[in-house]
Amino acid sequence: MLNRGYYDGFGGAYLPEILVATFDELEKVFLEAKNDPDFWQNYENLMSTYSCRPTPITFAENLSRYFGGPRIYIKREDLNHTGAHKANNVMGQGLLVKRMNKTRVIAETGAGQHGVATATMAAKFGFDCTIYMGEVDVERQRPNVFWMERLGAEVIPVKEGTRILKDAINEAFRDWVTHMDTTHYVLGTACGPHPFPEMVTYFQSIIGKEARKQMMESQGRLPTRIYACVGGGSNALGIFSGFLHDPAVELVGVEAGGKGLDTGEHASRLCSEDAAVGVAQGYKTYFLQNHEGQMKETHSIAAGLDYVGVSPILSHLKETGRVRFEAATDDEVVAATALTIRKEGVIPALESAHAFAQAFREASKLSHDDIILINQSGRGDKDIFTVADAFNDPKWQQFIIEKAKKYHA
Amino acid sequence: MLEKYLKNRLKEKKILLMTHIVLGYPSFEEGFQIVESMVEAGVDLMELQIPFSEPIADGPVILRANQSALANGVTVKKCLEFAGDVAKKFPIPFLVMTYYNILFQYGLDRFAGVMAKNDIKGAIVPDLPPEEGKEYLDAMAGHDRCPIFIFSPTTPLERMKYIASHGNGFIYCVARKGVTGADTDFSSDLHSYLARCRQATNLPLALGFGVKDKNDIDFLTGQVDIAVIGTQTIRLVEKEGVGSVGPFISGLR
Repeated sequence: MLNRGYYDGFGGAYLPEILVATFDELEKVFLEAKNDPDFWQNYENLMSTYSCRPTPITFAENLSRYFGGPRIYIKREDLNHTGAHKANNVMGQGLLVKRMNKTRVIAETGAGQHGVATATMAAKFGFDCTIYMGEVDVERQRPNVFWMERLGAEVIPVKEGTRILKDAINEAFRDWVTHMDTTHYVLGTACGPHPFPEMVTYFQSIIGKEARKQMMESQGRLPTRIYACVGGGSNALGIFSGFLHDPAVELVGVEAGGKGLDTGEHASRLCSEDAAVGVAQGYKTYFLQNHEGQMKETHSIAAGLDYVGVSPILSHLKETGRVRFEAATDDEVVAATALTIRKEGVIPALESAHAFAQAFREASKLSHDDIILINQSGRGDKDIFTVADAFNDPKWQQFIIEKAKKYHA
Repeated sequence: MLEKYLKNRLKEKKILLMTHIVLGYPSFEEGFQIVESMVEAGVDLMELQIPFSEPIADGPVILRANQSALANGVTVKKCLEFAGDVAKKFPIPFLVMTYYNILFQYGLDRFAGVMAKNDIKGAIVPDLPPEEGKEYLDAMAGHDRCPIFIFSPTTPLERMKYIASHGNGFIYCVARKGVTGADTDFSSDLHSYLARCRQATNLPLALGFGVKDKNDIDFLTGQVDIAVIGTQTIRLVEKEGVGSVGPFISGLR
């Protein structure tokens, strides 16, 4: 490996020996692509014709008036094909798979967004596709499983461990160590061994590049603050990377506060006392773990944030102080989702709504001259079963009961 | 020290046997009985796996053993005590096998120190390539413990030499791609790989992953120094109980 992907001590490549050669190849192909000016151009062309890039920035006029403080803008990653920023990473890695002449892709998925995005990419590029998904997530995200299967992917429910995202990642690695000759593992976030954190951030940086340009064109200035939710960290790194060298722009990453940081039922690695630096899943970062190094169970209303680790690049940006990290609770997230839908007619995913919740908490303290930008990483209407449950909607429940009766009839 | 023991032992036996247990699975009491019957049946060295919640290189059988042990409240502290007990009681070398985070949280120097105090000869850490292991290597050298590194069929000769330069005791050669516990096709395909391993180092070579019966051991005799039986004895204990371990091991050579 040419470098080991360290960010001030975070990151690295803690690989079983069997995978070292595969990672050497991946790093080589990624660097070649990165140094090929045509590659990024092809990537942008693909994203503008197959997904909806550039995604717009929406002025949230009613929310701005409601809070009476800063002007609030929303970067609309929800308008990507398959409904989330995940498409940026997946299509980019798909182009690399073609360069490597591999014929099969595998991926882990939590909420199912990354699984659907990967299955979509595989359908378009003609790859075989296997998706690993924790059994708990298969149960709570059936509509996404339905689409993955329609798209031709095999979805394997993971019954080991806590049966959620981290366990799906472990299973995907186990598949990969057996089939790496033909198979690429499309890791969904800016975590894992080098070069994944760098590579996923590279593809997601399209968000920040666009957003910076759009703010300058429409406002003639940069935002005061930018908010993004943080699970693994790919959407946050995507938008933040456009502004890292603008010290006046404050960057805020919002983790899953679950039922509250003091309950232990959360997924906050960077702003709770429950996390410590460790090494798992091939990289060094903050993990939610006990004092002996065993990973803890995590909780979030948003499956996409329900993860024990976090991007090593974000751990680094926490230590340097360049990014401030906060946590939003499940309840705050549901309230923020409801408000955003009513005021603006846009439906953020529960993951993305964490960024909205924190922005709303801080909005009234900012002035009219300030501008805030929220990254709406995904859309919520696709996850109607989860969102309806989060709202505890009685008419929806009645509908499901009636529907079930018809299937029984 | 470990290398010397192995080479002496190889003067008497054509191939050595290394076996594996997951500590605290099914329980520490049964684990002790398993170690006892393995030693009585002539096992030459043993690896004791400290359970980890994310055992990425292990297949379903060892994965479940890890989870079951953790669910039963097995701790690293208890595992190290157990390792010390068996090392004191039985006259063969014992190694710990676990994932890096366990050592990292314990403190690398402290971990190597406890190994030395408890007479654990070395460690196998499958998710720690030598490039990431500086602090670990220093700690192990400081306490005169053997870091056992791994070769795989995808490792080129030059890299094997680099890995071996950091290893001590012996080299663990993974027989094939994949995780522990799946079948391995013991055929002539292995010859060129093992020849490459041999060319890279003078350390004794152990071969593991998929070794499960006398036929496999017969095939490996003369080609490697140590055959590693891992998953197979866990399966056996699950199916036929602790009493079946001794006869199984005795029948391998």
